[in-house]
Amino acid sequence: MHLLDNESAAAGTRSAALRSASSVPGIPANQAPPSMDHLDELEAQSIYILREAFARLKKLALLWSLGKDSNVMIWLARKAFFGRVPFPALHVDTGKKFPEMYAFRDRFGKEWDLDLRVEPCPPIDSVDPTLPPAARSAARKTEGLKLALNKFGFDGLIAGIRRDEEATRAKERVFSPRGLEGEWDVRDQPPEFWDHFNASPPQGAHLRIHPILHWTEADIWAYTKRESIPIIPLYLAKDGKRYRSLGDQDITNPVASTASSIDEILDELESTKIPERAGRALDHETEDAFERLRVAGYL
Amino acid sequence: MNMILPTASISATPNGTTRPQVRIVIVGHVDHGKSTLVGRLLHETGSLPDGKLEMLKAVSARRGMPFEWSFLLDALQTERDQGITIDTTQIRFRTRSRDVVLIDAPGHAEFLRNMITGASQADGAVLIIDALEGVRSQTRRHGYLLHLLGVKQVAVVVNKMDRVDFSADRFKEISDEISAHLIGLGVTPTAVVPISARDGDGVAEHTPRIGWYKGPTVVEALDALEPAPQLAELPLRLPVQAIYKFDDRRIVAGRIESGSLKAGDEIVIMPTGKIAKIKTVESWPVTPVNGPQGAGRSVGITLDRELFLERGDIIGHSGQSPRDTRRIRARIFWLHDKPLTTGEQILIRLGTKESRATVVAIEKAIDPGALSNEENTAIARNHVGEIDISLAQPVATDPYTDNPRTGRLVIEVNGRIAGGGLVLSVDAGRPAVPIDIVPVESALRPDERSARYHHNGAVIWLTGLPGSGKSTLARALERRLFSNGGSPILLDGDTFRAGLNSDLGFSPQDRTENIRRLAEVATHLARNGHIAIVAAVSPSTADRAAARRIADSAFREVYVATPAEVCETRDPKGHYAKARSGGLPSFTGITNDYQPPTGNELTIDTSNRSVSDATDAIERMLATTGILFDELTDLAANI
Repeated sequence: MHLLDNESAAAGTRSAALRSASSVPGIPANQAPPSMDHLDELEAQSIYILREAFARLKKLALLWSLGKDSNVMIWLARKAFFGRVPFPALHVDTGKKFPEMYAFRDRFGKEWDLDLRVEPCPPIDSVDPTLPPAARSAARKTEGLKLALNKFGFDGLIAGIRRDEEATRAKERVFSPRGLEGEWDVRDQPPEFWDHFNASPPQGAHLRIHPILHWTEADIWAYTKRESIPIIPLYLAKDGKRYRSLGDQDITNPVASTASSIDEILDELESTKIPERAGRALDHETEDAFERLRVAGYL
Repeated sequence: MNMILPTASISATPNGTTRPQVRIVIVGHVDHGKSTLVGRLLHETGSLPDGKLEMLKAVSARRGMPFEWSFLLDALQTERDQGITIDTTQIRFRTRSRDVVLIDAPGHAEFLRNMITGASQADGAVLIIDALEGVRSQTRRHGYLLHLLGVKQVAVVVNKMDRVDFSADRFKEISDEISAHLIGLGVTPTAVVPISARDGDGVAEHTPRIGWYKGPTVVEALDALEPAPQLAELPLRLPVQAIYKFDDRRIVAGRIESGSLKAGDEIVIMPTGKIAKIKTVESWPVTPVNGPQGAGRSVGITLDRELFLERGDIIGHSGQSPRDTRRIRARIFWLHDKPLTTGEQILIRLGTKESRATVVAIEKAIDPGALSNEENTAIARNHVGEIDISLAQPVATDPYTDNPRTGRLVIEVNGRIAGGGLVLSVDAGRPAVPIDIVPVESALRPDERSARYHHNGAVIWLTGLPGSGKSTLARALERRLFSNGGSPILLDGDTFRAGLNSDLGFSPQDRTENIRRLAEVATHLARNGHIAIVAAVSPSTADRAAARRIADSAFREVYVATPAEVCETRDPKGHYAKARSGGLPSFTGITNDYQPPTGNELTIDTSNRSVSDATDAIERMLATTGILFDELTDLAANI
């Protein structure tokens, strides 16, 4: 949140007191609130969404993938609930993340006082072997998610997807209903307008809640910098390469980059025309690979 | 471009430059070229990712189709196969002066709900019309819906000018027709632009083929649409999302929809009209926040006193509060398969408030696409109309002309949003809080009073059938508490009906009002440290729940559960006899309309215990629930 510096805050109080002394009782003094910048607006909207989810669903969990987006989401949840995340942080673990990611999870799970639940994915042998390798990995993660859902009976999963990441995600709702098997019915999404959300999943089904759907990759970095949110160092360039997006080790590739600080990442994003998920093998196996995965319940 | 921009909406982009962001929805009839225009805009402004154009060409070739710009946005397989947009999507690009979020909305009537989903988030709109086909049903329908969604800035684009040989006459014909339609809805188009989205004429450049046209290009027209309206100047509206008690703070959380607030402000909580002061504005990681917070912020506040408020209440400033009402007139659009009919029970959401409601009347129902005749009994799918609704609970709201944020509602059917619209007028039974009323706080602190009385304030609510023994118990309890140095005050339902409530009868509405007044008086006494003992039949569960909401944590409900046949044999006031002979038509004792409580603090059957024994039980309950202090109950046990 925006805090005035000490001097101007004190001056503001004094002038407000002067004005209110001469004004009609009960009518607030006409002191202008500080204007909101783009990040303030994004933050306020995300907090609103998180609070709506917490008010309207019974059993929520936040999907923590350890990446930059879900770290911002946890930060927003702490803001929304005044320092405490009042629902579990669920990490559906493929077992194939980078060591830096596990170290990050173990450290900040404690530091942020999260109710961390780590749930493993089933063995790869149990997943359809006819799928291309990356899609098969993703399908395995979807299975892990389903197992965790059945185990805990969550009716809402908060997920850090963004519209600008990928074209089918751009068509998502903020509160997105899922079928009994976790599937996404893209042909029949309910209307959602004026920040009124469809928050009544049928018995046994769940909702995906997307509090940062309206953020961009650059927004995430600018906010991470402004709020000093910790990041995994793999995002910063080393030997001419960095990761723009972090997934499983075997299906995620770094991109060529010299950006070794968040400021340099932001400069790089200003000029790049390479999509964020270029390093994710998953998105490129077939034309509609990603859509099919998402319909089946992938994030 | 030479424009003046409101400072509040200028955003800092990552590289430190400040650019405003506007959200623009592209609407219009199916196949008039919305997705093509979006694709062309992205290309002309250099916003396409590397390799995207090549990928789209390959996808088109694979399908044996000519190159389609729309493939860029129609990301779903079924959309590409059928060549139509099914669901709304968003994509970003930059013009010289702003960041634009383009929202592409489907034009097919079947997907109107998705068009509304997209358009409701927009600051402005581009309405696209095929030059050959002219104004069609979805053109008109989308125009009407833009008005209902509150999107006031609309630029019109006449597309496919290549199909009419770039005829200036044809352009003028369409321009006149659509302008007249939009102006009739109270929307003046900001520009009407002739283009060929496929070839690029008029999108970013004036080309010789439209040499006769001197107005702005599409990009220039987009540059002229203003960002979101300023809401900070309107009176404060803070709809309550939740009350958090994660630690010793009791934080009221919500987003400021309009106006601003700061610590020390005197506020009124609607629809109950309770008054308090803001103690602090809480935040994280640094708290509290000094100075005012304006519209758009998600905040948390603490109040200077403990009072009951709940999700759905709206906080305003004293003298500028929203109205409380149970009757609303609204103009709505309807998206559900089953038409909305008079008499139907619906669920209304107004801000964070939800309430059951009944459709009392329907007027002016029309198909906004067909300009068909008015209907007055039902609103069909994708049609619009005006409705009168009666709400099960009082709500706080504003007409949309006073406040665009709090003056809109949605309707839910079976847990799914089925319609929505604008609040046209509010039938306020009485003004919420008179402007010149300034409540005076007591000079005494609660702990000063409790030190004298050896108890905290409370409302003891005795409910049960006539003749169950409520008044007898109430009088015995009053005597007991007074003997122990306390300050009990008896509020008997019948006594009140002879005075304060003498204007009320026994209809359900009057009974509800009777209970409300009793609860308000009792709560006032409890807040001032007294123990208010209410003896009232209060047969309705809903009315007693309302009383509990009013008295909040001071409420103690005692169900005097004496069997009905015992009550009738007692008949202390002769009411049963009179009712049996037909003299008291709505007498609760024999009409079986008494709804026994659940979740009450205590149940007493007076048919099998003495008055003093029953009084002991109430006293013990008061001691264990924090009303009476320990040493007093010890004393009482020895009497």
